[in-house]
Amino acid sequence: MVAPETQSQPTTPRAAWRVDGWTVFAVAIGLLVLAPVAAVVYPLLTADPELWRHLVHTVLARYLTNTLLLMLGVCAGTLALGVAAAWLVTMCRFPGVRLFEWALLLPLAMPTYVVAYAYTGLLDFAGPLQMALRAAFGLEAGDYGFPSIRNMGGAIAVLSLVLYPYVYLMARAAFLDQSLCVLEVSRTLGRSAWGSFAGVALPLARPAIVGGLALVMMETLNEFGAVQFFGVDTFSTGIFRAWFGFGDYRAAAQLAAAMMLVVAVLLMVERASRGKGRIEHTSRRYSQIRRYPLGAGSAAAATAFCGLLVGLGFLVPAATLLNGAIEHAGALADGEFYRDAGHSIVLALLTSAAAVLVALALAYADRLRRSRLVRGAVRVAGLGYAIPGAVLAVGILLPLTTLDRQIDAAARSLFGVPTGLLLSGTAVALLLAYVIRFLAVALNSVEAGLARITPSMESAARTLGAAPVRALREVHSPMMAGSLFTAAMLVFVDVMKELPATLIMRPFDFDTLAVRAYQYASDERLPQAALPSLAIVAFALVPVLLLSRAISQSRPGAGSRLAAGMAPPLEAAP
Amino acid sequence: MSVGLRLEGVSHAYDVAPVLRDLSLQAAPGELVCLVGPSGCGKTTALRLVAGLERLQQGSIDIDGRRVADSQTHVPPERRSVGLVFQDFALFPHLRVVENVGFGLGSVSLGERVARSRAMLAQVGMEEFAEAYPHMLSGGQQQRVALARALAPQPKIMLLDEPFSGLDTRLRQRVRDDALHVLKQSGTTTLLVTHDPEEAMFMADRIAMMDRGRLVQLGTPSEIYGQPANRFVAEFFSDLNVLQGVVRGGRVATPFGPVAAGGLPEGAAAEVLIRPEALRVQGPADGNSAAPGIAARVVAARLLGRTSLVHLCLNLDPAHRHDGALGGGSAQQPEHDHWHVRVPGRFLPAEDSIVRVALDPAQSFVFPAGDPK
Repeated sequence: MVAPETQSQPTTPRAAWRVDGWTVFAVAIGLLVLAPVAAVVYPLLTADPELWRHLVHTVLARYLTNTLLLMLGVCAGTLALGVAAAWLVTMCRFPGVRLFEWALLLPLAMPTYVVAYAYTGLLDFAGPLQMALRAAFGLEAGDYGFPSIRNMGGAIAVLSLVLYPYVYLMARAAFLDQSLCVLEVSRTLGRSAWGSFAGVALPLARPAIVGGLALVMMETLNEFGAVQFFGVDTFSTGIFRAWFGFGDYRAAAQLAAAMMLVVAVLLMVERASRGKGRIEHTSRRYSQIRRYPLGAGSAAAATAFCGLLVGLGFLVPAATLLNGAIEHAGALADGEFYRDAGHSIVLALLTSAAAVLVALALAYADRLRRSRLVRGAVRVAGLGYAIPGAVLAVGILLPLTTLDRQIDAAARSLFGVPTGLLLSGTAVALLLAYVIRFLAVALNSVEAGLARITPSMESAARTLGAAPVRALREVHSPMMAGSLFTAAMLVFVDVMKELPATLIMRPFDFDTLAVRAYQYASDERLPQAALPSLAIVAFALVPVLLLSRAISQSRPGAGSRLAAGMAPPLEAAP
Repeated sequence: MSVGLRLEGVSHAYDVAPVLRDLSLQAAPGELVCLVGPSGCGKTTALRLVAGLERLQQGSIDIDGRRVADSQTHVPPERRSVGLVFQDFALFPHLRVVENVGFGLGSVSLGERVARSRAMLAQVGMEEFAEAYPHMLSGGQQQRVALARALAPQPKIMLLDEPFSGLDTRLRQRVRDDALHVLKQSGTTTLLVTHDPEEAMFMADRIAMMDRGRLVQLGTPSEIYGQPANRFVAEFFSDLNVLQGVVRGGRVATPFGPVAAGGLPEGAAAEVLIRPEALRVQGPADGNSAAPGIAARVVAARLLGRTSLVHLCLNLDPAHRHDGALGGGSAQQPEHDHWHVRVPGRFLPAEDSIVRVALDPAQSFVFPAGDPK
């Protein structure tokens, strides 16, 4: 995250605050990211306690219980799946291990709501599985009981299957980073392979694993489409219902504020896992890990386990979607699909351009000024990733609507022209939300790219007469073109997948692929949801495949940096 | 007299650690001044302050008669008209050689920029590589392009930060030679930072010797070598034979005869520093007792290339054990009776043979004992 301090150059003293364009810009962006949080927290201070009491008595307990239960379940699920898969793949030899090493990442390309739709379509009464069962055993409806997945258990299962790669990636990187020596020493001191794992490798990897879990928790908290579809009431669905169902903006804001409390706890856990839990490796000797061979039975079990993860997390839902999309290929002749895709792509392009530019300017301001103020502002700007989409939507729409009303009133009285919802009713608000939420993703790639450019490039450009902006444009930007592209691509894909904020903030009658999939699913027209879902997956697959390739080519010490640069969500948490 | 560069009372600290203390320095137009000293002595900071890459905390800096930095002024680096060459050359990897050289010629037309870049490349003998990318060049070629790039905008002052230390030894000598001529030919005032005493003597019109943030001595290479201000300066440029003594009658006694004590008071504890080449040796072949100096026994002799290093012991008994290390540290302890003598060319007397040694008093220095090292 943080650009390493260069040791060769004397570091400039963190200077006293100086007012200049770069500092003002960085602070402004930091404040912009904080504004939506302030907008949902501020009303609490003035709120009628009666409202709170009402909320506590009615829905708050249920939302809180459900949210925590879901988070706990997904935490346990991703921890078990992710750590086990990472250990097997880095340490053991079994059929297919080279393939699984990267294929285990594929579920990252799946938006959770898409997987939820796919499995529901697959398993429900009219779905292919039950049809096949009925045909095979000659059963009729009502002859048998079939478990439903549209409940808390199903939600936990689906989220775990899609989100475990976060833990897998972090744990795998940690296992690879560990010097093999410590494990070998442990073996020579009489511990078994299993004992070495539990006693040495796992404690060493704990900070990384906790970091991965924190990201999983943030994703779970942000989750909307899948839990809504499965009928599990969480904060996200509660905010959505309060906003749309009841038009109760105050309740929505209160729920959002309560949600931010959970986020704050998560951030503290994540920060602690980086700080005190940080482990300095005592040996820097890396050698290619020689995977130890498993016995026939264990090897088969390992292959089956990894195969099941890839199959259930990616192949089965992808095949289901493909099947549905082919059945409804007629939709391809319809203008609707292309219009939705166009909306998605335009929004994603605009957001990625804006996010990359802002991130570049922020990272460069930090490098240029090296003041605590700028550093702090950049850190805050990277916190947007932790704000759940639903909270962000409420936090942006509340102040913008007020502003719109004032502009409208002023325009009416001055010019006699109503301006309507100038900001909150257009895509401007939505773009703002996207940039705030995904700035961290761009910032992470851009900072990593900038850190690889030596400070003497900067000095050379400056002494050759280039002012900072020219140096940034003509020297740094071309040198880090790869990082800028990666940043843009990752933001692009995140925007394509985003659901809750889009749903709440999109302009009237302005649909994207994600919104369309959600609407079909809500109308119980799952087969129709397949085509837009599949289109999203196709886009999301690109960075995942690039990351996979980086991983399959990586060696201890060499590849982890590349992998880290490719997977900003994994490091995006502040 | 006009001044190419003037630093006046410059002090600087990182957080609270002082790195420069009251540094004042002038360079005449076209003069090449070497800032030399061990790492951490503040020389690179001084360079960065002149370039404007650090903000000046105290004092003032003028370039070519123009105030660029004091407590009120900070001219940003891009408006100081300085050329900077780095240890890592810092060529822009995404630009061709000719584009690198033309980068600082922002204000002229494209055609003229290319023409001037090519002319500059010709001056450093790199015109045939104009279309190449930096990664296709060797270290020595990159260094020449870096020099051309810094010189192209015709800066008022050139700043070189350890510009040759990234090159291997053999290449370094050639590149250094070329750079010296290019710089002198351009007539640009130059400040070069190095920790290599030989490099400083090779390049400099004048050497500014620095120690822990202070300027210790400023003078021509021959002044610095021949009349060092203290033991630190003397020791920086060669290893030394060191001898403790006391001033008696304005002189300090040594086994090779007394040396003048300079201005030291009578009875003061003194240190006599003798450069290895200040001891003259006459070999065993013509070893008649009429030759000047005193007898010494050869402990070891090694050919180092252009010179030979002979280790001597004044105790002539071969059974006597000396405890100095061969070719060892810079300061030989006289109590150990182990002396280093540097002789031009090939001079390799046999072990335990007896030679005669005499001292050239002009190359021995007397300082008060306990002078800063």
